[in-house]
Order: sequence, then structure tokens, then C-alpha cells
Amino acid sequence: MALDVKSLLGRIARRRDADGAAGSEQARDAAISPFWIIVQKEFSDHIRSWRFTILLALIFLACIGSIFSAVSAIRGGKLNDDLNFLFLQIFTISDGTWPNFITFVTFLGPLMGIALGFDAVNSERNRGTLSRLMSQPIYRDDFILAKFTASLLLVTVVIFALGLLVAGLGLFAIGYPPTPEEFWRIFFFLVLAVFYVGFWLNLSILFSIRFRQAATSALSSLALWIFFTVFYGLVLNLISNAIAPSSDAGVQRIINYQQTMLWLNRLSPAELFSEATTTLLTPNVRTLGPFTLEQIYLAIASPLPLGQSLLLVWPHFTGLIAATVICFGISYVMFMRQEIRSRS
Amino acid sequence: MVALSEEREPVIELRGLTKMYGELAAVNRLDLTIWRGEVFGLLGPNGAGKTTTILMMLGLTEPTSGSARVLGLDPTRNPLQIKRRVGYMPDDIGFYEDRTAVDNLVFTARLNRIPPAEAEARARELLKRVGLAEAADQKVGTFSRGMRQRLGLADVLIKRPEIIILDEPTLGIDPEGVRELLELITRLSREDRITVLLSSHHLHQVQQVCDRVGLFVKGRLIACGDIESLSRQLDEDGTVTVELELESWPDGLDEKLRGIGGVLSVKRGEGGKASVVCSADLTADIAQAAVGSGGRLVAISRRKYGLDDIYHRYFEGGEARGA
Repeated sequence: MALDVKSLLGRIARRRDADGAAGSEQARDAAISPFWIIVQKEFSDHIRSWRFTILLALIFLACIGSIFSAVSAIRGGKLNDDLNFLFLQIFTISDGTWPNFITFVTFLGPLMGIALGFDAVNSERNRGTLSRLMSQPIYRDDFILAKFTASLLLVTVVIFALGLLVAGLGLFAIGYPPTPEEFWRIFFFLVLAVFYVGFWLNLSILFSIRFRQAATSALSSLALWIFFTVFYGLVLNLISNAIAPSSDAGVQRIINYQQTMLWLNRLSPAELFSEATTTLLTPNVRTLGPFTLEQIYLAIASPLPLGQSLLLVWPHFTGLIAATVICFGISYVMFMRQEIRSRS
Repeated sequence: MVALSEEREPVIELRGLTKMYGELAAVNRLDLTIWRGEVFGLLGPNGAGKTTTILMMLGLTEPTSGSARVLGLDPTRNPLQIKRRVGYMPDDIGFYEDRTAVDNLVFTARLNRIPPAEAEARARELLKRVGLAEAADQKVGTFSRGMRQRLGLADVLIKRPEIIILDEPTLGIDPEGVRELLELITRLSREDRITVLLSSHHLHQVQQVCDRVGLFVKGRLIACGDIESLSRQLDEDGTVTVELELESWPDGLDEKLRGIGGVLSVKRGEGGKASVVCSADLTADIAQAAVGSGGRLVAISRRKYGLDDIYHRYFEGGEARGA
């Protein structure tokens, strides 16, 4: 199998070379490459679709709700002890009646990704447009990459629009402008959210290539999403109970155990995202791993600078991007090997 | 592509082309040459491997063995260059339903790197040619089956291809629509000197428009040529069938007919009908015998082989020949 894939990729590379060399003449006088034509079309398809409108309305309402929640929490004096980074708290605190902004993004973000991707390829196949498209001079990988790019662009626009909307409304409500550092923290948080949604988007595109029925692919994506947000924690609890060392075990064993659990936990993209978000938006978080009392004793209780927070979440960024790339790789190989017949 | 060599320039050459799906050979050692400017019909029952052959020509699936050259290019190596110059209309073609006819065509045109203004102009001109000018700005979702097929034809032509490949273009359209579509295809191919390869299991339609046909059974090309030469091949298979009808069948005519040298068998139909298989054309002798035995001859004819017979004959014998 491994050898097979290698030879396939080699063949594709050779093919591209051959086409590229001979096709450069035509490419020179061409205005826009077919890749961007597909991206344009997909983008406008998404914007016109009911699905997107409904999703947007849902997320928009959630955001407005979370602002009210945050603002009433701040008014009610539920602020964290220090007034540093007050602005960031619009995103992180809630008055208890309505979840905060981060929770909404964690919860609804994957849903948006799945909704934009679950029928990307199989609907084209079922409508009979895929074979027509594939008989045009475009690369197969360009097609799935264009689908992904268009949706990701849309996700970027939506997430940044919402993030800035919340920030703007927060500015109105509390009348306290963000510092540059806070702005950058929000910016990186939004970038992280785009990556996170991008992962789910790619996963659902993968399923849309694998499954011929849109419903099957949507259900599989949703099942995986629910597994990671709900059941994964339960499974981890079970494992944790099973392998927990006794209370009189040595420090090293307890640390080892804690690290194993953390490692298992981080296999879930939802966990990666929420850890990274917490670090970015709550500068007081100094470490994500287990630490001893001595370490706390020696530490000075002060917020981390932005650079250090970024350093702390760098592995999380990398992990999310890697998961996305792996999904894309699998989709690519699968799609390359599929035979394109009309409506089958 | 020079006028001199145009007469017999091969545009599609298949040599020993084979596609295996597991143990099953969908296409089995296929040899076929199609010349520039001709209308070629690929004829065969469902599942004969027609679509698979077409997919291999376009590089949409890879042959297990053998080679294909389309416009002198190898589809597995240079699929993009071939797709720039070859238009393919799949069977059961699909469009973006919530877009207008023009939008769909412009999208295809732009995928072929045609600038927007020219794409729009070409789309409208083609829609006029295929008779969809009024529906140009309607959403494709409202189109009937026949309109879709015509739109498909416009879609194929918008890149100004040298070859168009139509997979079952007449599937599911009413007879009048079929006639119009086929007329359109032949007219377009004559006007623009486009090579047309069309696959179908409808022999009559193929008969109407194709210069040459290839008969395809179980992945093999069992006969290829124009319809006349195919029926001659059938005749050369040995026998001539004469059909005759009498008002009533006189006693003893059977024996009398069998007595004629060269008659192989006499098959009585209902009433006064019969068909006589002979090794040579004995129509005149049979007529004489019939009249001579006191029968009143109503009709007599030597059966001409149409594509129908060719089809049946070959498809029945397909397995035996294939083995």
C-alpha cells in the first residue's frame, strides 16, 4: 500500500511536469487560473445558500447573546481579580445564564465547518456535474483544494467579522479600549479559530469524498464532532480511573500519570483548541502541563507576555495544522484513485 | 492538421487497450482508429465497456494495459492538453441547477481559460445555435431533459474542441427531440469539421448519423466499419434469407422448395408466410416454384440486413466470437 501510494504520487508529479511544460504557452496568455474560477464559484454558491444564511443567523445570535452575558457579568462585578486585560474578558466571562464567546466558537465553529464541507464532492457527483467538471482541463487536486480554499475563505471572513463585532460592541458597552497586546491576542485567537474550523471543514470534505451519500457524510462528521466534544472526555475518565496511581505513589509516577492523561487529552482537536484559546485570552495562564507546589512557590504571579503565550500554544497551532494537512492528504489520495463516472 | 493530410489523419488511436476491474475485463484488447472529421458511432448494449473506453481516452481512468493516443497525445501523461482540445459530454449530464444556462456555460469556458467577455459572447452564440436563445437566462433547474442535452452540446462546444465525445446523447429524450439533437450534431460536425464520437445502444439513431460504427460487446470490438460493409460482412457469413407470403400455402410447396439446389431450410410462419434460407440469392427460383405450385404470391423479398439484424446477429454471436 505504501509503495502504491508512492508510485501514485510519483506518477502525478510526472504528469504535472509534462502538462506544465507543454501547457505553459497557453497558461501565459490566460487571465485567471481555473483554480480561482472554482474558488469564486464556490464562494458565491456558499453565500447564496440557505444553509449558510441559517448558520450565520445562528452564530450571530449566539454572539450577541454572549456579549450581553459578558457585559452584564462585568456590570455585576464578576470581574477577575485584576483589571489588566479587562477587554479580553468580554470574550471569556459570562454571567452564568448564557455561555461566553469562546464556548460558542468552540461549539458552533465545527458545525460551521461541517456544514460547509459535508457535501462538497458527493453533491457534485450526485448532480452529475463532477464528470463534466473533470473533463475540463483542470487538475483533480485543484478541484478539492479550491473547494477547501473557498470554504476556508468564507470561514475566515465570518470568524473575523464576528470577533471584531464582539470587540466593537464590547467597546461600546464597557467604554474601555483594548491595548495593542489585547488586540493581538484577539487577532491570534481568531486565527486559531479559523484553523480549528478549517480542520473540521477538511474532515467533512474527506467524508464527502469517501461517502457517496451526503447524509452519510454529514452524519459521520457530526458523529466524530460529538465524540470529541462529549464522549471523548468520558472515555478519558474511564482510562484515568483505570491507570491512576495510588495516592501514596511517588511524585515521578504521579507526574507521569498526569502527563499521559494530558497527552491523551490533546489527541482531541477540541481540547487543543480550548487549551490554546484559554492561554491566548487569559494571560494569567502560565503553563499547561502539571506543575509542583515548589514551582508555584518560585513563580511570580504576573501575566505572561504575548510572545510567551504564543510560544506556549505554538504546539497547538502546529497540531491543528498537522491534523488538517493529514486529512487533506488522505482526501487527495482517495480522490485521485476514484474513477469519475456520471452519477455513480 | 494541414489540408493535404486531413483526409486520413488519425485523431484517436487505440492499441490493445485493456481495462480490468478485478477479474472482469471491462475493455478487452481494443484496437480502434478514428479519423479526423468523421462521425463515429460506438454501438453496444449497456455494460459493454463503451463509457470505460471513453474515460480512458480522456485520462479519467487509467488503462490496465495497452495504449491510447488522442490527437497524438497520451491521455495518462497529458490529460490536461487532451481535455483542452476534446469536449466530453457524459451520459446523464448535470448542471448547476440554481444557475442560468449562460452562467453554466461561462463557468466551463472560464475553466478553459477563456476571458470573461469572450466567454459570455461565445455562450450566447452557442445557445442560439442549439436553439436555447430564449432560455439563456433561465435557471437550468427549469429545463426539460431535451433542453439539458442541447445545453450539454453547447457546453461541449464552448471550448472549440477538435473532437467531441458524446456518451449516450439521446438517452431519455422523446423521438422528435432525438431527431433534432442528431441533426444538430451532424450539422455542427460538418460546419466546424469536428470529429464526433458518439456512443449509444440505439441502433437506429446511430444508423442515421454515423459514417462508421463499431460494435462493442463485453469489452470487445467485434465489428467495425460503415453500415454497408457490415451488412456485406453478414451476407458473406454464407446465407441469404428470402421471405415470401402467399394467400394460402399449397400442399407440397415445402418439398418443392427444399428440392431447389442451394436451399438450406424452409421455415413456415403463420398463414401463407415463410422464410427460406439459401446459400445463394435464389429469390427468382423460389418465386417460380411458388407460382408453379399454384399458390398466389402476395409478396416476396430478399431480406436486407439493417443495423437491427447486424446488432442482433453480432450480439447473439458475441459470446461465441469472443471466446
